Amino acid sequence: MMFKWQKLGIVFGPSAKWDRPWLKEFAQAPSTIVFDNVVRVYFSCRPGPDKQGQYVSRTAWVDLDRFDLTRVVAVADTPVMDLGELGTFDEFGIYPFSAIKNGEEVIAFYGGWTRCQSVPFNVGIGFAKSDDQGRSFYRTGKGPILPYTPEEPFVLSGPKIRRFHGRWQLFYIAGTKWIISEGNPEPVYRIRSASSDDLINWTRSSHDLIPFRIEENEAQASPDVFFSHGRYHMFFCYRYSEGYRGKDFGYRIGYATSKDLIKWERNDCKAGLDVSESGWDSEMVSYPHILQLDGQVYMFYLGNQVGKRGFGLARLLNPDEALVDV
Amino acid sequence: MFSWQPLGKLFEPQALNLLGNQAEYAQSPQLIDLGDRLRVYFCSRIRDKPGHYISHPQWVDFTPNLKSIISISSSPLLPPASLGAFDEHGIFPFNPILHEGQVYAYTCGWSRRVSVPVETATGLAISRDGGNTFERYGSGPVLSPSLNEPYLVGDSFVLHTHGQFHMWYMFGTAWHRSASSNTPERTYKIGHAVSDDGINWKKDEARQIIPDVIGPLESQALPSVIELNGRFHMVFCYRQSFDFRHNHARSYRIGYAFSDDLESWTRDDKSLNLHSQGDWDSEMMCYPNICRGGQSVYLLYNGNHFGRNGFGAFKLMSP
Repeated sequence: MMFKWQKLGIVFGPSAKWDRPWLKEFAQAPSTIVFDNVVRVYFSCRPGPDKQGQYVSRTAWVDLDRFDLTRVVAVADTPVMDLGELGTFDEFGIYPFSAIKNGEEVIAFYGGWTRCQSVPFNVGIGFAKSDDQGRSFYRTGKGPILPYTPEEPFVLSGPKIRRFHGRWQLFYIAGTKWIISEGNPEPVYRIRSASSDDLINWTRSSHDLIPFRIEENEAQASPDVFFSHGRYHMFFCYRYSEGYRGKDFGYRIGYATSKDLIKWERNDCKAGLDVSESGWDSEMVSYPHILQLDGQVYMFYLGNQVGKRGFGLARLLNPDEALVDV
Repeated sequence: MFSWQPLGKLFEPQALNLLGNQAEYAQSPQLIDLGDRLRVYFCSRIRDKPGHYISHPQWVDFTPNLKSIISISSSPLLPPASLGAFDEHGIFPFNPILHEGQVYAYTCGWSRRVSVPVETATGLAISRDGGNTFERYGSGPVLSPSLNEPYLVGDSFVLHTHGQFHMWYMFGTAWHRSASSNTPERTYKIGHAVSDDGINWKKDEARQIIPDVIGPLESQALPSVIELNGRFHMVFCYRQSFDFRHNHARSYRIGYAFSDDLESWTRDDKSLNLHSQGDWDSEMMCYPNICRGGQSVYLLYNGNHFGRNGFGAFKLMSP
């Protein structure tokens, strides 16, 4: 049965009222950790562009009322981390960011951005820790936790860290090629995974988890996995390789399910969260993140222009039917 | 103490029609013994756009005594790299090893950055035609930056010994600017990794295995290792991190260390006993390769200007 979602609208976006110069545009790639009274949502945002019109991404958090997720309780005073040092993989941006509690610590995996000449950027995955309940983070090393390999040559990004049945699972995207579209290099990327017992040494599955559907160069992002009713469920987003900044070829939200985290069955028809007739999410929907909270299932997601106005929320109306009947 | 017979300059790129006569430099000579000939791989540069070069590996075959040239590669050894790949802007250096009837080559791939000039990583290319041409093993690297080696992994040299592959390579420890220049310069050290198959490597991550002799801003590059009489000998080159291009006192020299267990190395540059042969290597000696050819041991290297005018060699006389 298809998932039925009740859209609750935008819950947080960039605004002058926050009076934070680094939070001028966008609020992208929401991900959560839960506290007694608040849900902390990490997101990535941008100060205004530099003289060359280029942006850096910063990551911060907003606390939402756990009992009314549309109510903002607090916004971070500063980004959670500084940008990387000269020449490091995360010198020009930290985005996306995925945090999880690990005992007293909060740990996070994130995409770090560097700038290149023949293509605009490369991305690597960093590993950071917090010892103040996730308010701020420090790097565990200056380099990436997942080196590039013969099979995963560039653009390793969008990590999501999970722990299932005692083992760490990292879902992420890996670039497969750069194509030229209207004169500009555009990356094609697919969903990958790795697992670990110690968060340092990772065993990669080294194959695309989700087959392409809409075209051979389909790009896939935001693999957000949770476990419920005896199965793993993944929401993700996908788009065409070209012309994807508009409605027709832009991001949509897909769905897949698995019993073993290895073999995934894609079934986008079931995802149930599509673009609206009008409003902030009328052209595209992307970067899903599922929150299981107090007996409910929520999805945070981005609308038009991939989070230009912020992120929104939807509530699952039929969890028992949809999660059982896959 | 080693003693060497100077063989002079072996090869000048300007004298030959390399890469359609566009090539400059013949850097990082590295030798394999093909029986009836000694093949030396090296890297030449082609001008790409103002101020930028792209390096391409080439080879030249010598008679077994290294006295005469038999032939030279006439076309690129590898297909062009793909857009955005780690080796898109050149390969330098290129380390060949004979392995089970094939030639494996560990490539140092370059890709250009914006805030710093370049990033590097080590790739693998395999030849199935006796080392004439190569195919990449995947479009990504086999050794690349990691948590505690954040950038500039490259210059790999691989030796298969006692049932295991060993790799010595450089890893960057800093990008920084001197007080007098705005250009970012790099500092790098020599590290060690091991592998069972030559493809999947385990680094001894961020451990500098060769101590500095000219201070913490010593940059160390191009290690090569040979086993002689049960002892492992490493040659490499080292320089200051700043003001090394034109100030000869601070430019590349050849260093030496030895080890009996491949774990701990003792540095002893003086016992290498290597001295400039003439004008062409009087300012700089760099990119050494210690290697076996027939019954002899050679040390190939570049001289002034990082090998712009070719490479030369010494032949080991003793021990």
